[in-house]
Amino acid sequence: MAEILRVEHLKKYFKTPAGLLHAVDDVSFSIEKGKTLGVVGESGCGKSTLGRTILHLLDSTDGKIYFEGQDITNVTKSQLKELRRNMQIIFQDPFSSLNPRMCVSEIIQEPLEIYKAYSDKKEMLRRVAELMNTVGLAPSLAGSYPHELDGGRRQRIGVARALAMNPKFIVCDEPVSALDVSIQAQILNLMQDLQEELGLTYVFITHNLSVVKHISDDILVMYLGKVVEYSSGEALFEHQYHPYTKALLAAIAIPDIDRQNERILLKGEISSPVNPRPGCRFAPRCEYCTAICRKKAPVMEEIVPGHFVACHHVRKINGMSEEK
Amino acid sequence: MAEETRKNNPNAVEDISMYKKQSQFVQAWDRLRKNKVAIAGLVILVILILGGIFAEQLAPYGYDDQDVMRRFTAPCREFPFGTDNLGRCIYSRILYGARISLLIGFVATGMGAVAGTILGAFAGYYGSKTDNIIMRFCDVLQAIPSLLLAIAIAAALGSGLFNMMLAISIGAIPRYARTVRASILTVKDQEFIEAAHAIGASDARIILKHIFPNCLAPIIVQVTLGVAGSIINAASLSFIGLGVQAPTAEWGSMLSAGRQYVRDYWFVVMFPGLAIMTTILSLNLFGDGLRDALDPKLK
Repeated sequence: MAEILRVEHLKKYFKTPAGLLHAVDDVSFSIEKGKTLGVVGESGCGKSTLGRTILHLLDSTDGKIYFEGQDITNVTKSQLKELRRNMQIIFQDPFSSLNPRMCVSEIIQEPLEIYKAYSDKKEMLRRVAELMNTVGLAPSLAGSYPHELDGGRRQRIGVARALAMNPKFIVCDEPVSALDVSIQAQILNLMQDLQEELGLTYVFITHNLSVVKHISDDILVMYLGKVVEYSSGEALFEHQYHPYTKALLAAIAIPDIDRQNERILLKGEISSPVNPRPGCRFAPRCEYCTAICRKKAPVMEEIVPGHFVACHHVRKINGMSEEK
Repeated sequence: MAEETRKNNPNAVEDISMYKKQSQFVQAWDRLRKNKVAIAGLVILVILILGGIFAEQLAPYGYDDQDVMRRFTAPCREFPFGTDNLGRCIYSRILYGARISLLIGFVATGMGAVAGTILGAFAGYYGSKTDNIIMRFCDVLQAIPSLLLAIAIAAALGSGLFNMMLAISIGAIPRYARTVRASILTVKDQEFIEAAHAIGASDARIILKHIFPNCLAPIIVQVTLGVAGSIINAASLSFIGLGVQAPTAEWGSMLSAGRQYVRDYWFVVMFPGLAIMTTILSLNLFGDGLRDALDPKLK
């Protein structure tokens, strides 16, 4: 399968009064066309920043981004506009991601207006109707305003807006975390259907592990701006190598009364991403932490084929033979 | 419902043009029409403006026709609002005065509001250095009492109607700039602005279509209050001889000229004052209604 997006050593630092905030620090991955990459991690670990940096909603500090083989790290304004035809985003909060003064059809047709996709107004409206149909919005809602609709319908508007210019790649920034569980399933199914129909590629950002299991082909686990584990979704849920991923997956609630889960409780708080200390980011909370973890940052290692982990003691923890 | 339609008939595309409501202005006007108080304000305002336009036809006397023998005549059939210290008909002068006063009120406020809005929009949208420069400029303007500033500018430019309006509007700029900047800052960080960036909208489009309509409410309120302030400031300038020259009728100067006789002859200040008050009241009523009508959330 063809690779659609490749990110190499991407970094995004923010200048804050307290120092340099390492929101995304040396993240690399690639996605194949038509696949979904799930990005998981707790709040503040840089998931959303990663998505926004890929889309150039934020400027990257360092690293390279390739889209369909082309380097898009530094683009001019007009190139960026062209790029955004193909790369779109669906936002987390359907209540603030829609302009309250525009009605449904105006919101969906805005990208069409910006790219002057149709010279004929009738045809443009037809396309809007088609999009509304695609995402399952009743045509009678065309003249409604966002505040008149519920969260699920609003999120459908957001999806329709993202789809308007037929993008190839969509960053989904926690698209369901603001919705009720029943509506979450609706939107997730819609997004999966659309992926099949239109051959979309997703980067799916979420902190909800059940969601990520449901939708992802590959999974990237982030902790404080760093990738700690990266592998195919099945392999990851089968076996976790990094102590953080272990703790994270042990926290999934399983609705089964007889089953006794072994929870791994992490000590302490997530440390600050501002001017982080050298060494492994997870070290202060890790039970396997040794001197080397505090000194040297671990690099990504391919533990088993296709399964990457960044941990000094990964083999010891998992009872594998030491080989270097 | 909609979800089912999709599953049953995935190719059905209905014509949605019939569901689309009319343009925003038509909708806003529809909402405004239902607001009786706002319409009352609008009607009064229109009557005042028409009174000014057709002053020649409506006024029984000219604005500078004196009848010194009959100065300080109380309101009667001949002089509905009485006469002033020079025996001029106050009713006629109020009609003629509407021209100048309303002109000053609207034009001076309009100029100040437009300049202030543009400056505030730049400051709020671009932030950092641009913001700093513009807001410090506003600080300097605000450090001087607005009337003193207006006096200084009017004195430097020389007296005259336009110079006076300019002087008043410059003093009003910081207020609008601050209001606009503050509301832009709150709107700017919302996700729909980021969404607009993501679909490739230009800066101009984002400011005009996404930010500005969502910042309109406080601007409208400021403007309607500002008109009153402008009329009063104009009166003060006229009073010290930097604005409209006597005998030209203007509500503010009628008010200040009549002030010294207020103990004996109430009507000399009462009617110009009422005229100003009615204008401001009707503007506020209309402005409130307009603000509500432009917000689709309030139906």
